Formats: sequence, structure tokens, C-alpha cells
Amino acid sequence: MVIKYFSWIKEHIGESEELIDIPSDITNVDQLINYLNEKDSKYNLLFEKKELIKIAVNKTYSSFDTKVSNSDEIAFFPPVTGG
Amino acid sequence: MIKNSPVIKVKIQNEDFDVSEETRFLQQDNTGAIVNFVGIVRGYDEKNNRTIHSMKLEHYPGMTESEIEKIIFESYKRWQLTGITVIHRVGNLKPSDKIVFVGVSSKHRQNAFDGCNFIMDWLKTKAPFWKVEENNNKRNWVSFNESDNQALKKWKK
Repeated sequence: MVIKYFSWIKEHIGESEELIDIPSDITNVDQLINYLNEKDSKYNLLFEKKELIKIAVNKTYSSFDTKVSNSDEIAFFPPVTGG
Repeated sequence: MIKNSPVIKVKIQNEDFDVSEETRFLQQDNTGAIVNFVGIVRGYDEKNNRTIHSMKLEHYPGMTESEIEKIIFESYKRWQLTGITVIHRVGNLKPSDKIVFVGVSSKHRQNAFDGCNFIMDWLKTKAPFWKVEENNNKRNWVSFNESDNQALKKWKK
């Protein structure tokens, strides 16, 4: 699985993307967030108020119950500020 | 599929753009109105009371373009536009630089006004771009403005 980060989240995590293998019992975004939170404390601040973070799965806006697998590209980013 | 296909252009680029050139692109045989919006980098942040020396924009390649295309398709369906262009700059920008161009053409003016306004409102809330302002070595990621969410309400069917 590729996980991408943007804006201040990228700076907080310290890299723009990570390649990770998730266990087969992780099947949706919410479970992925719990898995990352337990894996490393660097994710804790990011997901402390997870409802404020935008999620994309395969470049489409998604939610906590969206299905994920190791072949997906996930992105976490703050609300957008273009224009 | 889109009937009577409009001309469509979506560009994410570092370079500046030429408004006259983009206006000519939007003019088709059946065009009676063209509305252009140009966003400019401000040199002062009124909310936080500070000068902005420069700004950097980043985006999510692939997703940004596909979100803009969705917005464009919806605007075409609602207002039967004859031309639609969205150009958004990324990278380093300075105050007074042009940052975004949204131009639409249609047979009559009201559709062009509404279509342009609609695209801009959706772009502000959906297209993955992020701005960081730089001032004397301090960096500040611009935070989302709730008024941009409020602006969307007027487009509810």
C-alpha cells in the first residue's frame, strides 16, 4: 500500500509517501488509522482529531468505512486551500 | 457523453498564463458571453495581520485534475457552457502574481456568470491544493476558510 501525505501533514510525518504492507484483517480506512496509531506514535497527533483530516483512496474522496487493501493508494491531507 | 461538446482546458502549471489568449480560446461560433475569474496572490494577510513575502502551492497530481474535471462536467450539465478553462498555478508565487484562472463561455451571460461562480466555489472546497505563506523565514500553512463551505450552499438544487 502507498500512503501519501500533503501540506502540514507531510511535514509532521517527515515524508511525502510511505510504502507499507498491512495485515489482511485491516479492511477499511478506520482500521488502517488504528493500525498506524499503534504502529508508531508519529501518527498519534495526526489522527487525534481524525474527523478533520481528508481521506482519498485511489485519488477519490473517501470515508472511514471505505474498503482498503495492499494494492491501494491512500492519501491523508488537510482541508484544501487552493484558488 | 457531452452533446455539442464545449472546448475544455485544465492545466496545473508553474508558469503564468495570458488572460487574452485564454479568452480567445473560449470563444466558439455559438458563444455570446465570456466570464473570466482571475485570482491574485495578496500581499497582506488581514486575518492574521501580517505581510506575505511569498507563497508556495502544492497539489496532488492526478487527483487534482480529476476533481477539477468532475466540477467542470457538473457545470456543463447545469449551464450548457460552450467553453470551460481552469488553470491553477503551483510552486512559488509572489504577491500580485496571478494564481488561478477560471473562464467560461456560453450563449447568454447569466449562464456564464453562474457557471464561473459555481466552478470557483467548488474549486475552493474540493480541488486538492494547499498554500503555505512565507514571511521572514516563517512558514504558515493557510487554514481552510469556513465561509468557503457556506458559499457552496447557494448551488444546492
